[in-house]
Amino acid sequence: MNWAFYLIAALTVAGGLAAVLLKNTVHCALALTVAFAGLALFFLQLDAQFAGFAQILVYIGAVAILIVFAILLTRGSETPKGSVFSRNWLAGLAIAAGVFAVLGWAVLHSASVLPHETAAPTVTVLQIGNALMGRYVLPLEIVALLLTAALIGAVIVALHEKEGSR
Amino acid sequence: MTPLTGYLIVAAMLFSIGLAGALTRRNAILVLIGIELMLNAANLNLIAFWRYGPHPEALTGMMFAIFSIAVAAAEAAVGLGLVIQIHRHAHTTDLDRMNRMKG
Amino acid sequence: MMMQEGFVTFQTLGNGYVSPIVFYLWLIPALPIIAAGVIALLKQPKRKTASALAIGSLVISLFLSLVAFIHVISEPIMRSATAIIHANATGVLRETVNFTWIQVGAANVDLGWVLDPLSAIMLVMVSFVGLLIFIYSIGYMKHDENFTRFFCFMSLFAGAMLGVVIANSLLLLFMCWELVGLTSYLLIGFWYQKPEAAAAAKKAFITTKIGDVLFLLGMVWLFSQTGTLLFYNHGAGSIEAGALAGLLAQPAVRLGGGLTAAGAIGLLIFAGAAGKSGQFPLHVWLPDAMEGPTPVSSLIHAATMVAAGVYLIARVYPLMAAGALAGGTTTALTVVTWVGAFTAVFAALIAVAQNDIKRILAYSTISQLGYMMAGLGMGGVAVGIFHLITHAFFKALLFLGAGSVIHGCHGEQDIRRMGGLKADMPLTFVTYAIGMLALCGFPLFFSGFWSKDGILEAASHWSVARTPFYMLVFGVLLTAFYMTRQVGYVFFGYWRGGKTAHESPAVMTLPMVILALFAMGLGAIGTPAWPWFRAFLENRAVVFNLHGFAEPGLPALMIASTIVVFLGLGLGWRLYCGQAPKPEEPDVLERAVPVPWGWLRDKLYVDELYGVTVIAFYKWWARVADWLDRRVWGGAVAAVAWVFGLWSRLNRFLDNNVVDGSFDKGCEELAAGGGLLSRAQNGRVQTYLRILALGVVVLVLMLIWSSRA
Repeated sequence: MNWAFYLIAALTVAGGLAAVLLKNTVHCALALTVAFAGLALFFLQLDAQFAGFAQILVYIGAVAILIVFAILLTRGSETPKGSVFSRNWLAGLAIAAGVFAVLGWAVLHSASVLPHETAAPTVTVLQIGNALMGRYVLPLEIVALLLTAALIGAVIVALHEKEGSR
Repeated sequence: MTPLTGYLIVAAMLFSIGLAGALTRRNAILVLIGIELMLNAANLNLIAFWRYGPHPEALTGMMFAIFSIAVAAAEAAVGLGLVIQIHRHAHTTDLDRMNRMKG
Repeated sequence: MMMQEGFVTFQTLGNGYVSPIVFYLWLIPALPIIAAGVIALLKQPKRKTASALAIGSLVISLFLSLVAFIHVISEPIMRSATAIIHANATGVLRETVNFTWIQVGAANVDLGWVLDPLSAIMLVMVSFVGLLIFIYSIGYMKHDENFTRFFCFMSLFAGAMLGVVIANSLLLLFMCWELVGLTSYLLIGFWYQKPEAAAAAKKAFITTKIGDVLFLLGMVWLFSQTGTLLFYNHGAGSIEAGALAGLLAQPAVRLGGGLTAAGAIGLLIFAGAAGKSGQFPLHVWLPDAMEGPTPVSSLIHAATMVAAGVYLIARVYPLMAAGALAGGTTTALTVVTWVGAFTAVFAALIAVAQNDIKRILAYSTISQLGYMMAGLGMGGVAVGIFHLITHAFFKALLFLGAGSVIHGCHGEQDIRRMGGLKADMPLTFVTYAIGMLALCGFPLFFSGFWSKDGILEAASHWSVARTPFYMLVFGVLLTAFYMTRQVGYVFFGYWRGGKTAHESPAVMTLPMVILALFAMGLGAIGTPAWPWFRAFLENRAVVFNLHGFAEPGLPALMIASTIVVFLGLGLGWRLYCGQAPKPEEPDVLERAVPVPWGWLRDKLYVDELYGVTVIAFYKWWARVADWLDRRVWGGAVAAVAWVFGLWSRLNRFLDNNVVDGSFDKGCEELAAGGGLLSRAQNGRVQTYLRILALGVVVLVLMLIWSSRA
């Protein structure tokens, strides 16, 4: 456990907190981006370079932008009047706290059976490509289908309806 | 505390934060943001276990995480499209006000 | 000797011969009753048929009665021809036909009829007088529109009266007695549209009913003590020697001094007789009964029905005389005598001050009935019944005469508005005078003299006291006086009425003539020289013997009674027949002694006394009973109904609120629960998400715990 880990952890968690707590929705989206970046750094630290860069490309480059677009399209750029939290936010907080408690306890309690540190693997893009086309070709195709369906679906869902069909 | 444990704790924290956001924020988009955080926490879990688990050369964890990223992106797209459409109808994204499915 | 055929027993003559007349004796009352039934079914205008049926049936009954009478008279002659002499203790032959009517467990209730001298003579008298009055009624009721109804009721009465006379069972006698009372009610109230007539009928019925209740008590007592109600049942009858001995063996009833069980029963039966025969204090109905048509007054309330009471006492005489010491008398007979004597004087006094022609005769009847009862009490059956027979004839005659007068005076009944009818209605006057002299007891040629002297003679020898004798003599004086007063007002003087009077038609005067002949001639059968009547009742033969007059005290008594009669007649003549009474002036005596006259004219206030005491009591009792009925019994019923209402209301409450309510409540709760549960579906996504997350936490916890366990 070195200082890089704690730094990145702090960054990510802060970003996550900010994403959830800030009033202005755009600020939340930007904080989310920071969290994504932190996570990418985690992936890099964990020797999963491809996953890290994929994270940056997809999440920061696409998802975050998408979220910003959606915010702007739904007039979320103005700072909302009134509370940004729902009426019974305490229940939600309590449940989330409960989930964290359970997960944390599970992790800490089973520390003895968790695997130990091993040597860092070297993963090349060639290996990933081979795996994608070889062992995981089916999931790849399915994901491709899924992405197509999602693409078409998103377009249809968000389409402006014609005047006459109201 | 092993590094794995540390990563797992962080992932759990992120997951909880994301869940809390999804459960307490009024704005529908922020619920999606929370969901994205949750998915990312799960990804972190996967990668951490891939790195510190047996047979990292099988690339299982990494592949899983990559597919997860893809699916999350697709889901974010569709979800945001839905939110935009709802906003067109209800002129609001306030979840507290969207209770027409009230039974 | 007895014969049994089926369930009927015949008491026969010694040679085993069942006399057919005894067997068919029941036809005598049955025929008029059947005639009454047929008349009842006729339509109203069939007058000739109705009167023909009534008179025809009574003619046949008279014929049969005469046959029975001859049979009884010839009995001694027949008896001597047979070797076996069949006689009971008194030597009188009785033939009875008895049959069982009801069987109650071991006890039997028997009915039957008897033919003996007493019933034979009564049969002849009732049917003969009745026939004459029926014939008279054809003329009297000619203008009445209810002619057929009249004959129906009269025929029914005749049949019932004949039934009373031949009954051998106290129960059968009582049934016919009640029937007689019923027909009396129907006939008194014949003109029921008149309120006085309806009231008089009701009064008669109720007053006699009071006596009848006591009669019934006596009957039940007799039945319980002797086990039978038959009079004569060859030794086993209720008034024959065996039963009487049993009754006398009972300890003396605590009420009266020396009153035996037999005497007490006799007194109860006398109460019934007192009601029917108008003895004090149950006499109040007789004067009011004059509201009925005059033939009714004549037949029922002079000759026959009122005589039924006297006949009843004569029938049960053995019961009343049981236990008498030699030469003495029983308590029961003493009571009968005193009541009779008192009634005789009481009624005679009231008769002096009456102004209605029929009321005078009514009170006279009550008085003469008192004489009959006194005669029975002091002298026995022969004395009393002889006066009954003679009285029937001359009193019926007097009433028919009064009816003739009323008919001739166009309905007038007040004697102050009559007068001088001696010239206008001669035949009526002659027959009426004969009847009046017979009633007064004019010596020698009138039957009333012999019968009344018989009573006076018995009274003079009475062992208990002499007071009844003096009372009866005083009654003779009063009788002569008031009858002379009546005759003076009606027939002498000058006419004080409206339209001129006219004589009655022959159909009315002929029966009166026949009755007058009998009123004169009947005395012959009761003279001391030839006491045929007494001997007849005892089934003895008798010869004419002038030495009968030589009994000690008898001539003196006859002369004394004659003097008294003449005294009364003279007094009345002087006051009423000498100077003609003027209509507007009050009576001579009234001017002299106005206050006592007022008392007598107002009937000595007996009715008023009853009104204040008995009737007032009954009215109060009726109010109490009404209150009880409405409040207590009605209240109880209402309370039960209220309880039921309460119960039903409780049930309804339970049904609505508890059963329905619980069901409804259950449904409501279910709906509320559903409503409550549906609140979980608040349509907000985040709520669903929270629940999802919670579910996941729970699942994980379960998994952990299960894996640890």
